[in-house]
Amino acid sequence: MSGASLLTFARGPAFEVALAMLIFGMVWRLVGILALRRSRDYSEGRKTAGWVSGLRVIFSRSWPQAEFRERVLHWDIVSYLFHLGYAVAILGYLPHILLIRNLTGLRWPGLPGGAIAFAAGIAAASLLALLGHRLTSPVLRKLSNFDDYFSWFIAFVPLITGLMAYYNIGDSYQMVLGLHILSGDILFAWLPFGKLMHVILFAFSRGKTGAVYGRRGAAI
Amino acid sequence: MKEETGDETVLDVLERRGLTRRAFLQVCAAVTSALALSPAEAARITQVLASKPRPTVIYLSYQECTGCLESLTRSFSPGIASLIFNDISLAFNDTLQAAAGEAAEEAKDSAMKKAWGKYVLIVDGAVPLAENGAYCTVAGRSAVSDLRHAASGAAAVVAVGTCASFGGLPYAAPNPTGAVPVSEIVRDRPIINVSGCPPIAEVITGVIIYYTTFGLPALDRLHRPMSFYGNSIHDRCYRRPFYDRGMFAKTFDDEGARQGWCLYELGCKGPVTHNACPTMKWNGGTSYPIESGHPCLGCSEPDFWDKGGFYRPLSVPTGHWSRAGVMGAAAAAGVVAGLGAAVAARVRQDRTHKPDAGGDTNQKTPKS
Ligand code: SF4
Repeated sequence: MSGASLLTFARGPAFEVALAMLIFGMVWRLVGILALRRSRDYSEGRKTAGWVSGLRVIFSRSWPQAEFRERVLHWDIVSYLFHLGYAVAILGYLPHILLIRNLTGLRWPGLPGGAIAFAAGIAAASLLALLGHRLTSPVLRKLSNFDDYFSWFIAFVPLITGLMAYYNIGDSYQMVLGLHILSGDILFAWLPFGKLMHVILFAFSRGKTGAVYGRRGAAI
Repeated sequence: MKEETGDETVLDVLERRGLTRRAFLQVCAAVTSALALSPAEAARITQVLASKPRPTVIYLSYQECTGCLESLTRSFSPGIASLIFNDISLAFNDTLQAAAGEAAEEAKDSAMKKAWGKYVLIVDGAVPLAENGAYCTVAGRSAVSDLRHAASGAAAVVAVGTCASFGGLPYAAPNPTGAVPVSEIVRDRPIINVSGCPPIAEVITGVIIYYTTFGLPALDRLHRPMSFYGNSIHDRCYRRPFYDRGMFAKTFDDEGARQGWCLYELGCKGPVTHNACPTMKWNGGTSYPIESGHPCLGCSEPDFWDKGGFYRPLSVPTGHWSRAGVMGAAAAAGVVAGLGAAVAARVRQDRTHKPDAGGDTNQKTPKS
């Protein structure tokens, strides 16, 4: 397949299929989870407004608890670098903003290309460090399955191909751009079906935990 | 229009017309500068043009709009007149020649016979295959059989324009005539694609002269000469600093457009288009589309008509299906699948837990 036809395929049918899978998967998982039967609570709540601690926990869990801080803080920072770098690269680059505008009608000003490349570089380096950590930590290795590695891979490829396209690395720019967009399509398509769904579910998961324990009066 | 193939060199032709060797050297210098040749090649060109017979060129047109020939006739350096009268022996071109009908066909046949196996075949336009090629016929013969015959006697084929190179407009979806590029029909001759809709005049003449002087130039993977198609428009675009700084014109008449900012948002295909527009420019080096304020259409690339719209930014989906339809159907299917999964989970819970067993505490918590 030539670079031109790959690019056309990635921007055309592949994108539409990926978008359909993204929407289907997200709705399926959210409806599937939200429509589950709620547990009955037979005890009297210590606090009536459990949702307040639910909301609090969504944010408080974004930073390590004091007990673990010394052991995990540096990895949390690396993880933050990755997430922030990724967000800047996705939301700050005009070609991406134009895609979002095409889908939602929303738009905002973009950042200079150098800033985007810097953010993407930081994100890529952090992702590599996190993979190294996963592979060298015996506990993490035991906890990891295909989903973890595939999700890592599918988050990493758009970053690398995006940087290659920006710096015009590779034989054919069209091929690199086609691969970049196609890897983005695969990321879209895979997102709801694996652990990457945490981009949405983290709030539900933390909120639920906070609400349940808050109601029981646990300090959380 | 010359009909004899002859063994005349460029120098012979100039001398026959009473021009001096100095004039000949001037022709060589013009060609050298137009082709941006190295000093070594420049020295060789003088030698070659003085000693090598001028090649016979046959120019055939099929499914095309004559825009390529219009472009060619506006070549400044080397000019079309110099090309035809000095550098090549243009034996047949049905638009430029005076002869028509049977006389023209006879001229073509005799020129081909005389230089059989040696002439350069220039083809302009795509070739339709549907209905046995009935959509384009010349003198009662289908374009496809005409091209096959002409190509079998050619030393090389130069496909001028995007239609001949990649199918172009006739090849665009839904391609009702079954049009194909020259390379789909001619497979046993070297092919040089000089793409563009139309190609830059000086690129056409430059390639013809380069081939007739030095032979095949270095080609890219789409068989285009590297010297003209080696860089993308974006690589050489003078608006590139604005692209890098994230400064984009949003409409054709906003402040950004007036300030000459990057045209990416207006659909510029410069990043994926290889051509010499920013360096050679058009109309004798006057300007090129981006310099005139219009985004690059990507006309020298395959399938440029079918890439989702000229004014749609490159990063935006081509809009293959109805967006609302896709999103709506996917969301509806997601709701059905989600409700189905929840109902199945509830049924499973009911089966494993007696209703009086203290309620369900086995509920899954979503992963964080
Ligand atoms: S106008 Fe087109 S070719 Fe020029 S920098 Fe912008 S995107 Fe690239």
